[in-house]
Amino acid sequence: MKRFIYNAVVIFICIILHTTVFHALSINGIIPNILIVLTACAGFMQGKRIGMFTGFFCGFALDVFGYTPFGYFALIYMLIGFLNGYFSNTFYPEDFKLPLLLITFSDLTCSITEYITLFLLRSRFDFSYYFLNIILPELAYTVFISVFIYLLLLISQKFIFKTFVKEK
Amino acid sequence: MSPVVKRPKDKFRLPTKYWLLILSTLSILMMALTFLFDFKIETPNFIVGFTLVPFQNGISDVGMYFTDKAELIAQINDLIKENNELKEKVDSMEIEITTLTQDKYELNNLRTLYELDDRYSNLQKTGARVISGGSDNWFNVFGINKGESDGIKKDMNVMAGAGLVGRVVEVGPNWSKVLTVIDDSSNVSCMVLSTSDTLMVEGNLETMKDGYIRFSSLSDKDDKVKIGDKVVTSYISDKFLPGILVGYISYIESDSNGLTKSGYITPAVDFEHLSEVLVVLDLKENAEE
Repeated sequence: MKRFIYNAVVIFICIILHTTVFHALSINGIIPNILIVLTACAGFMQGKRIGMFTGFFCGFALDVFGYTPFGYFALIYMLIGFLNGYFSNTFYPEDFKLPLLLITFSDLTCSITEYITLFLLRSRFDFSYYFLNIILPELAYTVFISVFIYLLLLISQKFIFKTFVKEK
Repeated sequence: MSPVVKRPKDKFRLPTKYWLLILSTLSILMMALTFLFDFKIETPNFIVGFTLVPFQNGISDVGMYFTDKAELIAQINDLIKENNELKEKVDSMEIEITTLTQDKYELNNLRTLYELDDRYSNLQKTGARVISGGSDNWFNVFGINKGESDGIKKDMNVMAGAGLVGRVVEVGPNWSKVLTVIDDSSNVSCMVLSTSDTLMVEGNLETMKDGYIRFSSLSDKDDKVKIGDKVVTSYISDKFLPGILVGYISYIESDSNGLTKSGYITPAVDFEHLSEVLVVLDLKENAEE
């Protein structure tokens, strides 16, 4: 129950921040994708189940506020959260390498899937342009922000659940 | 101690893989419904309207407050100086106004005589504030703080200043979503104001980074269209009211087919710094011709 409330509150806050504050913090029109960070973190920190649900709700919020058909981001984010859950056994809070690597791959997967399904299929073939001007800046910004989000999540979870225990 | 240890009953939990299956099916089903059959799911907009939008409103209020305050401090000295200058100007202008009102009265009379009704100023508009950005870096979508309860309907045109911003694509109870004309998936039928030649304005993510949007299918046989010409929405557009300024032509080239031309347009609206927009309450399909 405690975990449920904690996760619900975190998702809620992140969705609001993503759609408002981070748009004000955009650099050259690029906003960091904090919802993918949250989804990936939920996956490898709390397991497949919570990663999956977090991904679903974050993705669904993006569908509501964006211009994608309902369920599009929900599906992608849910799968990303679920797959990140497979690394919860090899995850140690002190080790920074794995989380950053997983977040990088999650964001890259998400961006490239989005390019292929929503842009390439509408004959926008200039992948190098999109990669250099949108995917790469977003990735850099996201990874930079993710350090802070990861630490905040780690501290809050240690504080709330006392010991860092993963749910099976 | 009794050997019988009371064990709490295990709560039944659906295994994760089944949840994954259920949610995947749900997602795919929703996608199919909205994408293939153009079926609108209204509930999420409704839920979001009562949970997330109030917070977005609050944050946007706070943001506005701070930007206002920061601007105020920065400009206070300039304003005092300007104020004195303006006071002098007001006196001289008041005299001018009296003569101009007479002229305007005359002009209005002449206009009604010629039935040249100014459509632009007759449009019913309502102001709205931008409260949320879109989902990510691939789309140019934003949320505004007015919805169904303020009389907003789907496909209403959205303007900022004198230029076209886009149209309302989805409406919630107290918020709505606006798709801008610079979005990659947006196409607007327009015309060149000076020659009435029609053209298609296509939003493009690639060129928008440099501040331009593309246009194509301009048929201009006599080479009359020049750089700097105004581009306005055309009469044949089914969603946009005619005569709204979209931008200015900044580059033209002939297509390889030799019949049409294409090029770039500089939008009339600064899309980077949108905070207040005007929603036109008249719909194209109801507009009196």
